[in-house]
Amino acid sequence: MIHTESLTRHFRVGQETVEAVRGIDLDVGEGELVAFLGPNGAGKSTTLRMLTSLLPPTSGRAEVAGADVTTHPAEVRRRIGYIGQKAGAGYNYRVRDELLLQGRFYGMTRAESAASTERLLHTLDLAKLGMRKAGSLSGGQKRRLDIALGLVHSPRLLFLDEPSTGMDPQNRANLWEHILRIRAEHGTTIVLTTHYLDEADAMAERVVVIDHGRIIADDTAERLKSEQAGDRLTVTVAPEDRPAARTVLTRALAPVLTGAPGAPAPEPQIEERVVPDGCALTVGVPAAAHALPVLLAHLRDAGIDVTAAESRRPTLDDVFLHLTGRSLREGES
Amino acid sequence: MTVATAGPRSTGVLTDIGNVWWRETLTIVRDPFSLIFSLLQPLVFLGLFGPLLSGIAGDTGAFGGSSLQWFLPGVVVMITMFGTSMTGSNLQFEIMTGAFERMLATPLSRASLMVGRALKELTPLVVQAAIVVLVAVPFGFVLYPLHVLGGLVILGIFGVGVGALSYALAIAARRTEWIFWAVQQSLLFPLLILSGMMLPLETGPEWMQVASRLNPLTYIVEAERTLFAGTVTDVSVLWGLLAAIATAAVGLVVGVRSVRGATA
Repeated sequence: MIHTESLTRHFRVGQETVEAVRGIDLDVGEGELVAFLGPNGAGKSTTLRMLTSLLPPTSGRAEVAGADVTTHPAEVRRRIGYIGQKAGAGYNYRVRDELLLQGRFYGMTRAESAASTERLLHTLDLAKLGMRKAGSLSGGQKRRLDIALGLVHSPRLLFLDEPSTGMDPQNRANLWEHILRIRAEHGTTIVLTTHYLDEADAMAERVVVIDHGRIIADDTAERLKSEQAGDRLTVTVAPEDRPAARTVLTRALAPVLTGAPGAPAPEPQIEERVVPDGCALTVGVPAAAHALPVLLAHLRDAGIDVTAAESRRPTLDDVFLHLTGRSLREGES
Repeated sequence: MTVATAGPRSTGVLTDIGNVWWRETLTIVRDPFSLIFSLLQPLVFLGLFGPLLSGIAGDTGAFGGSSLQWFLPGVVVMITMFGTSMTGSNLQFEIMTGAFERMLATPLSRASLMVGRALKELTPLVVQAAIVVLVAVPFGFVLYPLHVLGGLVILGIFGVGVGALSYALAIAARRTEWIFWAVQQSLLFPLLILSGMMLPLETGPEWMQVASRLNPLTYIVEAERTLFAGTVTDVSVLWGLLAAIATAAVGLVVGVRSVRGATA
């Protein structure tokens, strides 16, 4: 569906050249659900705007839905749906009028556009709002209308730029319900940008992490988390048990920490932290949820009392932190 | 999905223009009262300005003997200029929301985006012109319907050019909206006055007459006056038509270029 080669975009700001996107190589197959994740200003939206032909690339090439964005921009636009960051419906226009016209813009006949409009009004819970002016809708309703506008011509590839920014959790969940249902029903390929970690984590099957205009990681959220950050488990013991607990931890976890083939298992890196009820020892291990009961048994056998224990799956923020040394949350507004 | 089989289909430029025009015109169709004021405006001008001109002319035979016959084409040109030069102001609002970007993301041809909008501003003009002319007839205005129609065609071509330039201006000023109004206002009135539209320039200083020769609007006004007076075979009509075509061509080139850069 998408194939890009060293896609680049520079902007001139005064005397300076800002390299917003510095060589993106990306392939997206039919039916994928991909999220571009990165802090504000990372180049996500710029990349999206090049893929939708709204912005010509400075260099490199991109083929989207079988058409080249530079040589056949109109053809690209014909084949894709695009839902931008801001409300797409005209403020003084009636909801139904905007949808009907949107279909006409894509070359649908009056009847086709009318059928599609009625269906989308129904699917996106807008049926009662057809005669209302778009400017009078609530935030959630406006966003659903945007989705409808992007889908009138039934594109096989849909781009969404920050689809849920500024929405409350309930409306976000509702929006995603609609997006995922449309995808399940029509097999639409979806590419979206987001700076919400939990959104990328929960919704996308593939996360493309973008920072400073480059792709720095590209995989499923699960694999990114286990490979780039890994599970962690923490046990809290009394301060006087700390040295003994360290020994048990090192010995008990050696079998699950696999090093290079043939080489001895690496020493686990144990972080220590003083907490109100003792000393918390944290260690990174694969499949922490399974390792935890085993470790607890070993500690009990050694006569060490554990006052608290937890295993934690990493978040995409841990991944970003591992990759860049910065937290994504710091950049959040 | 029932329409999924329809697939992407090409649309012609004329269809695109029609669709953009209809979207804009819908604002009038859905709220026709908005039109009433714009219909009254030219009548106010005619009613308040016309008698003054008659008074100035007196029995001197200035304005070719009939001040109404002289002034009325000017009013029609003026309402064209007012309407089309504001094409960009509706656009500004749509740039602030995401509606402009949404339309840019459709396959609509770039030229159709501005031609459609300019034509919408010209649509009420036909009604306005008809009203002004019909009201003026009892006061001694001699109506040549086909000539007036020809005059409206020239104005239409010219208006598309002005509309496209206004559109480009709105895009250029998209980050500081007041600039649009500053530029539009400070260009509109000098252009109107220096076209001899409201008052004849023959009595003015020479620099004004030179400036008016460089103003494309002058040729439009002269062509309209000739046509409204019932003459076609005058060279001024040809010059008016050329000025209109040149304005439209420049407007479209500038406009399409600015749309291409609009998303940067």
